[in-house]
Formats: sequence, C-alpha cells, structure tokens
Amino acid sequence: MSVAVVAAGGKPRAVWRRGILASRKGRWGFAILTVLALIAIFAPLLAPHDPNAIDATQILHAPSLAHRFGSDALGRDVFSRVLFAYRVSLTVAVGSTLVAFLVGVPLGLYAGYHGGWVDTAIMRPIDMVLALPAMLLAVALIAIIGPGSNIATLAIAVIYMPILARVVRSSTLVVVSQTYIEAARARGTRTRSIIARHVLPNAIGPAIVQATILMGFAIQIEAALSFLGLGVQPPTSSLGSMLADGRDVLTQAPWVEVFPGLAIAITVLAFNFLGDGLRARLDPKGVSE
Amino acid sequence: MSDLLTLRHVDVGFATDEGTVSAVSDVSLTVEEGEIFGLVGESGCGKTTLAMALMGLLPRTASVAGSVRFGERELFGLEAEEFRQLRGDRISMIFQDPMTSLDPTFPIGAQVAETITAHRDISKQAARARALALLGDVGIPEAERRYDDPPHRLSGGMRQRVVIATALANEPSLVLADEPTTALDVTIQSQMLDLLRDLRGRLRTTIVLITHDLGVVAQICDRVGVMYAGQLVEVAPVADIFRTPRHPYTQALLAALPSEHQEPGSLRVISGRVPNLTSPPPGCRFSTRCPYVMDECATVPPLAHETGEHLIACWLSEATKEAAHPDHASTGGAA
Repeated sequence: MSVAVVAAGGKPRAVWRRGILASRKGRWGFAILTVLALIAIFAPLLAPHDPNAIDATQILHAPSLAHRFGSDALGRDVFSRVLFAYRVSLTVAVGSTLVAFLVGVPLGLYAGYHGGWVDTAIMRPIDMVLALPAMLLAVALIAIIGPGSNIATLAIAVIYMPILARVVRSSTLVVVSQTYIEAARARGTRTRSIIARHVLPNAIGPAIVQATILMGFAIQIEAALSFLGLGVQPPTSSLGSMLADGRDVLTQAPWVEVFPGLAIAITVLAFNFLGDGLRARLDPKGVSE
Repeated sequence: MSDLLTLRHVDVGFATDEGTVSAVSDVSLTVEEGEIFGLVGESGCGKTTLAMALMGLLPRTASVAGSVRFGERELFGLEAEEFRQLRGDRISMIFQDPMTSLDPTFPIGAQVAETITAHRDISKQAARARALALLGDVGIPEAERRYDDPPHRLSGGMRQRVVIATALANEPSLVLADEPTTALDVTIQSQMLDLLRDLRGRLRTTIVLITHDLGVVAQICDRVGVMYAGQLVEVAPVADIFRTPRHPYTQALLAALPSEHQEPGSLRVISGRVPNLTSPPPGCRFSTRCPYVMDECATVPPLAHETGEHLIACWLSEATKEAAHPDHASTGGAA
C-alpha cells in the first residue's frame, strides 16, 4: 500500500483516513484482505494437519470437528489444504501483478511523457500483446516454458503488463498537458525529475486502482491455469488444482470443491471492494474506466 | 541602460494539417535592462507564443527563425540542456492561472526549493531556508507553517505569490509574466502588480509583462509593444501609447476601451475579424480591417522611429517610408 501513499503525495496517515478507509467498501475490502493475508502468512501455524498427509481411513469424510472442511479422496484435510493452497494462490496473484506494475508503469509513463516515436516504439508491441486473448497467451507461454507456479506468475504478469502500461500512458497524457508540468519545465527542472516528482504522482492513481482489481482476477486466472494442470504442480496445491481434484467427487463430497471455490470468491470480492474504495480516492473522475 | 533582450526578425510557425500557421511574424524588439515592458494584443496574437519561444518551450510542431540575443548569448539554436540551465535561473516565467500552474500533489515550499536545486548544487536544508525566505519576501504570512501545504490549501492570490516566489528564486535577469493577473480578482490584481513593481525595484529584474489588459499596462509598464496577428505594430513609452497612439490598430484598440462618457449598452468594436494565420494577408496583417488601407499595405511595413522612442510599423508614417526606401530620404526626423 506504500504506493497509495506516494500517489496522494501527502502525509500517510491522512491518506489512510481520507482514502481507502473513507468508503465502506474500501473498509470492508481492506479488513477482509488483512485477515486473508494473515491467514496466508500464518498458514503453517493455523493448519491442524499436514496438507499433504494421506490417510486411507479418512477418505471423503464430511466436515466435522476433526476435519473442519472435511477430507478429500486421498483422506487429506481440506481445511489445511485450503490454507496452504491459498498461500500459493495469493503469492502468485500479488507477485504477478507487482511484476506487471513495476514493468508496465515505467513504460507507460515514458511513452506518455515523450510521445512521438518513443510512444510508438513502446506502445505498438504492447498493443500486440494486448490484442491476444489472455488465456491463450498464458497457455502458449506455459506450453513453451513449462508449467509451475513461477511460470504462472510470469504468464499473468505478461497479460497484465500491457493493461497497466496503457492505463498509465493515458493518465500520463492528461497530466503532461497540465500547466503545472509546463511550469516545472519553465523552472528548469530536469526531465527525469519532472517525470518522477510531478508526472508519476499525478498519473499513478488509476493504475493503482486497476492493479488492485487485477490482483483479484489474478487469483481466478491462476486457478484456471492450475485447474488445467498448467499452474502449480503437485504435490504443492493451489486453489485451482484443488478445484480440479474436487471435480471428480463433486456429487459425493461437494465440500472438496466448495471451500476452495469460496476462498476464490471471497478474495476476488475483497480486491474489488478495495479497488472501488481506492478509486473513490485516487480516481474521482473515473479516468481508468 | 543597456539592452538585455534583442529580438531580430523572429518568426514562429506551427505545422498543422491545414498548413503552417504563422503565429509570430518578423518581430524585432529590444528590451532594456531593468524595465517593465508590456506586450499587449488580443488573444491569439502571438504574445504567449513569443514568450514560449524565449523560454525554449515551444512544442515540437513549432519552427523558429530569426535571432534572440539575451545578454551576450544567442538563444535560438541552444542545446536543450543549455536552455534548461537558463530556464528558471536567468529567465523565468509567471503563468496566468495560479490554480493550474502549481502541482496539486507537491508541497508549495518544495516547488520553490525545486527551482533552486535544479540550478544550484546546495543542500536540501539550504534550499528550504532560501525558499522560506522567498515565500516571506512575496508576502506569504507564516511561511514556515505553510511550507508543506499542498496548493489547494491556499487562496488564489496566495498561490500566485508562490508562483512569483518560484519565478524569482534564482534572481533571474528576465521574468516573463504571461497574464499574471488575469485569473485574479481586482484587489488581488493590484496587490500583485505592487509586488512585481516592488521586486523590480529591489532586484533590478527586467519584466516582460504579457497582457491584454490595457489598465494593467498603464499602471505598471515603462514601455509597451502592441502586437496584432503575429506582427509587432507599435512600440512606445507607455504615456505615448495612451496619449498619442500612431498605428491604426492601436488607435482602434484604445477607442474600443469603454469610457465613463459612453452611452450605456454600446461598445465600440473594430469591424472585421482577425485574419486566418495559415494564409495571412501579404504585408500588413491589419490591412484587412484598417480604415486607412492603401496599395502599399500589401508589403510589410518596417518598424521605424516615428519620434524619439516611438516606433511604428505603418505606411502612413513618413518614418516607415523612409526606413523602407532610405535612398529617397528627403526630410530628417528619424533618430
């Protein structure tokens, strides 16, 4: 969230109060995500069982005190598995969006500030990536490099980078035409300082909103990839691979499927709430949509 | 007094889809050290474009020709980095609207300090101390407490003071003030003009004041240049402009000023409209609206001394004819 603080350029505490926490949605999103992040971090302490321990005596048991979310076809504790899988999914989602943000924002900023051939040279290839269907792109990348959670992170980052670059570029174009940028030039401020100190803080808001919402969807993309067996590889599990496991026993033991599904739904919802809360603060005119 | 700024045959054109717009055409002008020179003319006459050319801040679509000497240096043709070093240091600019010329996310004091650190290799503390002193100089009360405020906490007048402090941070020899009072209400306007006059007195800064407000010109300027459609048509000491305007455009402009003797509900206007600058009339660009238009007006009249410091570019003036055809000079008078 340090980026949000930079964006408003003021005192961090004031930004919190006026910002994310000012709207009810923002408060909810922030609260849920805090809890979820804590769960992900402390999963090893919270999990009652080894998530990968197979127990032939506990196959497909319904939720009980021993197995709060029941057990799966191999007798593994679904609750423990969800905790650990959630950790993996969240890491992939946050990591991929962060990578996309760190690469896409400078590119969009640079393209928007300089315009002309610099803009064309940066944005045309990005537009080409953007033109490809996202899932197809991810699947193709994994087909080339091979599956795994790092590759899934990279694939999602490749999908997201052009989106964030575009958002930043368009808000940069608006900012660059403002008088205060011309005034900064008239003061003799160096180009790199103008970009870093005047353009970036004024143009970054919509990208932060967009990135927050994209993080939620990254959970879904990761789940889809892992469901197809292209993401996280066994024995590690993610929410997506758990969905795949549960599909076969859906009619007998719906709990194997339902709990990871719920985890996905709640996370996406929380990220969207947070995104809406941020939008109200950083992007009052709805530039990003 | 010596000349600080000398423009010779300055042209600025903008490439557009409809052709090249000739925004500034053949402007020659001298600004002396320490004076307040008013550049007046209606919107779109090329005043701001000229200022931007002097700042090296014209967009890429612009092309310039001619020469601008600033002190000992030729400005046109400077490398981008050389121009940057001049901007904010030797030449600075005050913008029209203080509501938009300060970065909304940046503390006001830091915007002043930034002007200093962009040109001087000094510590952050030293820049802050200097910025605080400047904010005090331009009349911001409790500058220490205000330093970290974002612009939106300040009133329009206070913001314009910050903008002025920024422009004066490095004690430049030349300040280009582009409509510095237009966006302010009348009481604040006169405070700003007092401030500018006061600073000129203290720092010996030369000020080029760009405005369309003849009242502002009368209050503060030493000399005035009148522009019409990209051409400079008349240059004179401020009293002469108001007492004895010589160019038909200046005369028409002054006649259009509402006066207290005027009948309510009636305003005098200059008939016709400003020519399209993609294909301006050859010669004098005011010829399409001038009541005294004649055949000679199809060639550009040179700016010539009418009397003393009064220059005018019009074929009605004997001095202009003489300057154009020096061989036929019969009577003296031009200095």
